[in-house]
Amino acid sequence: MPTKGLASVESRSIALERETDIAVARNEVRAAAVRMGFSIVDQTRLTTVASELARNIIKYAVRGRVIIGMVQDASRRGLRLIFEDNGPGIANTELAMRDGFTTGGGLGKGLPGSRRLVDDFKLESTPDIGTRVTVVRWLIS
Amino acid sequence: MSDEYKFLYSSFITHHSSLLFMVIKIPILKVGRVLIVPIQVDMDDATVLQLQDSILNELERTGARGVLIDISLLEMVDSFIGRMLSDIAAMARIMDARTVVVGMQPAVAITLVELGLELGGVDTVLNVDEGIKLLRGEFVLDGDDAANANEGFSFSGESFHRS
Repeated sequence: MPTKGLASVESRSIALERETDIAVARNEVRAAAVRMGFSIVDQTRLTTVASELARNIIKYAVRGRVIIGMVQDASRRGLRLIFEDNGPGIANTELAMRDGFTTGGGLGKGLPGSRRLVDDFKLESTPDIGTRVTVVRWLIS
Repeated sequence: MSDEYKFLYSSFITHHSSLLFMVIKIPILKVGRVLIVPIQVDMDDATVLQLQDSILNELERTGARGVLIDISLLEMVDSFIGRMLSDIAAMARIMDARTVVVGMQPAVAITLVELGLELGGVDTVLNVDEGIKLLRGEFVLDGDDAANANEGFSFSGESFHRS
């Protein structure tokens, strides 16, 4: 059983500007998940989501950031990751969420796959303004 | 001891990142006609691509018939690494070699399935022993090779296991 479940995580922002920042984001997200007492499977889910969404930013928007923070509602706590960029945006967000759809030559698993790995998933995008993906995984206590 | 380990460090991958002053080395070990690739670090994307190149170069250079990729220390396999594994298997097959991925952590397997990755064309087994057995069953090795492969898996079983 997790014994560190009561540890809190301060909100922090990590710049995503070069390919090696993807690994930095992964490590920071895992560290936050460990501190909050997430199970090993949830740690892996969150780390994988961080990797997918951070790579999207590097690949499509060139630069952006991820904000890692704790959220809380009446009965539970969760880890929230906000990925935002000022890149080209996504013209058709519905299509982008479809399995196998890609404009970048990838597998088309990044967005739809990430949605399956978290509890809450929100994609907001405006062409030529940018994209924000907000995900939350809740801690089951 | 060293007799037991007829290991040949056939190549090292060195990735220099001038930005982070980071060097990531992933060894490719040739044991009999099998290349063993123990991935023991969190790889950035450039390292992943470089590893793919190096494995294919080693296949060509050594004429190995099998590739065993040990990912037991990998804490995450995202779509990028998953794609690399599938690509290596496909390319190795064209070069007449079989690829086996061993030691995937349960949490990684769960996440991969949820992510929707199927690791097409890649055989996965639980540990290095099973991987070597599978590769040995796949092609007839002559006496020397079989002996080498045997020693290879006793070595790997001890050394690469997490405590």
